[in-house]
Amino acid sequence: MHTQDTAQTWASAVNTVTIGATAAQGGTRGRTVAIGGAKCIPWLAYEGEVGHAPAIAIEIWDAGAEEWPAELTRHYEGVLNDPGAWAKRAAEFGTDLICLRLMGTHPDMANRGADDAVAAVKAVLRAVDLPLVVMGCGVDEKDNVVLPRCCQAAAGENCLFGNVRDKNYRTLVAACLADGHKLIAESPLDVNIAKQVNILAHDVGYPLENIVIYPTTGALGYGLEYAYSIMERGRLAGLGGDALLRQPVMADIGIEAWRAKEAYAPEETLPGLGPAERRGPLWETLTATNHLPAGAELLVLRHPQAVANVRRAIEELAGASSEQ
Amino acid sequence: MALTGLEIYKSLPKTNCKQCGLPTCLAFAMKVAAGQAGLDQCPPLDPKARAALEEASAPPQQLVKIGAGERAIELGQETSLYRHEGKFQHPTAIAICVNDSLASTAIEERGRQIASLKFERLGATLKVDMAAVFNVSGQPRGFVEAARAASRASRKALALVSANVESLRAAGEALREERPLLWLMDAAAAGAKAFDMAKELGLPICLQAPGFDALVASSEAARAAGLKEFMLAPGPMKAKAALEFLSQSRRAAIVKKFRPMGYPIAMLATGGDSAQTLVEACWYVLKYAALVVVDTTRPEEILGILTSRQDIYTDPQKPALVDSTLHTVGNPGTDAPVLVTTNFALSYYSVESEVEASRVPSFILPVDTEGQSVLTAWAADKFNGKIIAKALKESGVESRVGHRKVVIPGYVAVISASLNEESGWEVLVGPKEASGLVPYLKSQWKP
Ligand code: SF4
Repeated sequence: MHTQDTAQTWASAVNTVTIGATAAQGGTRGRTVAIGGAKCIPWLAYEGEVGHAPAIAIEIWDAGAEEWPAELTRHYEGVLNDPGAWAKRAAEFGTDLICLRLMGTHPDMANRGADDAVAAVKAVLRAVDLPLVVMGCGVDEKDNVVLPRCCQAAAGENCLFGNVRDKNYRTLVAACLADGHKLIAESPLDVNIAKQVNILAHDVGYPLENIVIYPTTGALGYGLEYAYSIMERGRLAGLGGDALLRQPVMADIGIEAWRAKEAYAPEETLPGLGPAERRGPLWETLTATNHLPAGAELLVLRHPQAVANVRRAIEELAGASSEQ
Repeated sequence: MALTGLEIYKSLPKTNCKQCGLPTCLAFAMKVAAGQAGLDQCPPLDPKARAALEEASAPPQQLVKIGAGERAIELGQETSLYRHEGKFQHPTAIAICVNDSLASTAIEERGRQIASLKFERLGATLKVDMAAVFNVSGQPRGFVEAARAASRASRKALALVSANVESLRAAGEALREERPLLWLMDAAAAGAKAFDMAKELGLPICLQAPGFDALVASSEAARAAGLKEFMLAPGPMKAKAALEFLSQSRRAAIVKKFRPMGYPIAMLATGGDSAQTLVEACWYVLKYAALVVVDTTRPEEILGILTSRQDIYTDPQKPALVDSTLHTVGNPGTDAPVLVTTNFALSYYSVESEVEASRVPSFILPVDTEGQSVLTAWAADKFNGKIIAKALKESGVESRVGHRKVVIPGYVAVISASLNEESGWEVLVGPKEASGLVPYLKSQWKP
């Protein structure tokens, strides 16, 4: 028996999705980031090409991030209400992309309008030359007003916009088609719905090769195993040839990990569990790195120490940075 | 793989002598196939036929038992590559290393730290399983003393790790009753001497050799020597190679039914860089290691590893549920708050731990949603006004509190009116996330 006898052969590979556009490509980004491309079960290089290294996006908000746990906000002091400055800080922390989540537009929060959101997108594009991910606040009616305007404002930059779901996809799909952006398709821990969203987007003319899927993320200790198994199932099917599950996968790590009390609680409320400034970033780190063996290709993170740890872990697996 | 009753029947004496307590050989074969009887219950069975049957019907991965009494753990006998194809059976044992060249006071201190690493999560107690005593001194004498001290202070099952067979023999003899795992660091060099020792002592052994091919050779030699209960360890490895090795060995055992690899795998995650080593320890837990040795006693790091294990060894077929009866935190009086959530364990325990942190004695009612979380259950119409009203009524909470105010999760604020109508209770919309409960209970809640 040789190790090679245990290798599986796959009919197919994970799609490669490239985000960002340089001047030559009609945008203003300094570089592009490609994810996907694997022809094997995650990290089994003896089986096939492992594809592009997973990419890291640091998450920033247009407004409302003061409510983040203190262990996070202390690293973003002075920039929490200035997306451009925040993006610069994120770039200093060594991110591949910026992920702008437009929580300020949420009706229960600042309830900002489309003009404000567009201003935030433009500020980030001006401040840094990294490729951009833009996410709505998650309230369908609001996203459908805000996101098309943002798509338009970033036309030519080949951003990654999200999220579309089975109940709300038409508006954003049309906007991404019109302005040349990539798309995040979200599904609630369900392989069949993941396929369904892709079909819906495809039926209104969106190419499956431009989609990144978000099958939902679970924090360490709070449902991580659900996301892990859904991702494994999806990847097995995608490698096996199912064109509706061949998309690279995003894991929305920071927002989930920092909901866990093990991440945010100060030491006084969790005696015996170690200092908060170590525990929080570790919780986020492990939430991220535990998604890697299941096939996560784009990791949205918050804490600079988690970014450094995850970067190190990716280098250990992929041996190189994800820049093109 | 398991044999069918008919396959077993073919090798039985077919005399229907009834010594097994069953009327016919066929009936006995069926019982064996179902795992309800063992071949040793058929006295006339030819020993050779029995050995062949046992080999053929053995599970694809050997079960290894380490430790005795309350410290006992079982490793291996895994049957799947992916959780969704079948639950992972025996949670990875986590061992913390102990250096035998340290002063005895330092060893005892390390042992006490190992014992103290205990955490309550989701209704379970998470703890470290083993102390792995490394024979850094190379000498049998110090090793025996260190193993004794580590056992005493940590109260854990032991792994005794050495390249020196004499050290292993001495410590194994001294602590035989505790059923330690003898971890032989250079299996190829020690050869038959080590197999004899393990057989004489009747203890499980872990054979360490560098990589897949060397381990196959060691395993084949051990099997030829008649050794049954052993583990395999590839020794120090870079993370990427380690992940490939773990998949290769698991696939060889389970998919290819390659017997020499059908043993649980022990991994070292004892490198220098603490965050990266922690990441690797968790990867090994997720990807098939039966035992992982770490070199840290930091609670946040051990909690991260143990939580990764708790996650991945959850049974994917069974949603984690809590009893949908009225739960109490502290000693709630008649003016204590009443909070509703679902009986999905993650939802319930997130609420419970925050209520505990608030120190406001409360009632929590996990409504039966068949284990769905708040939003999923709401979307599926299993967490609506009518159902919650019924649960309130049946819980008996009405006789426990003087007020009629119920706190619902912020995400389902839309059900307020219907719940009020159905139950007559005043409905208060609580925070969306459990994390908002501490300030809510402390400053907003009024009976
Ligand atoms: S003891 Fe063995 S030979 Fe006798 S009836 Fe039972 S199975 Fe058959």
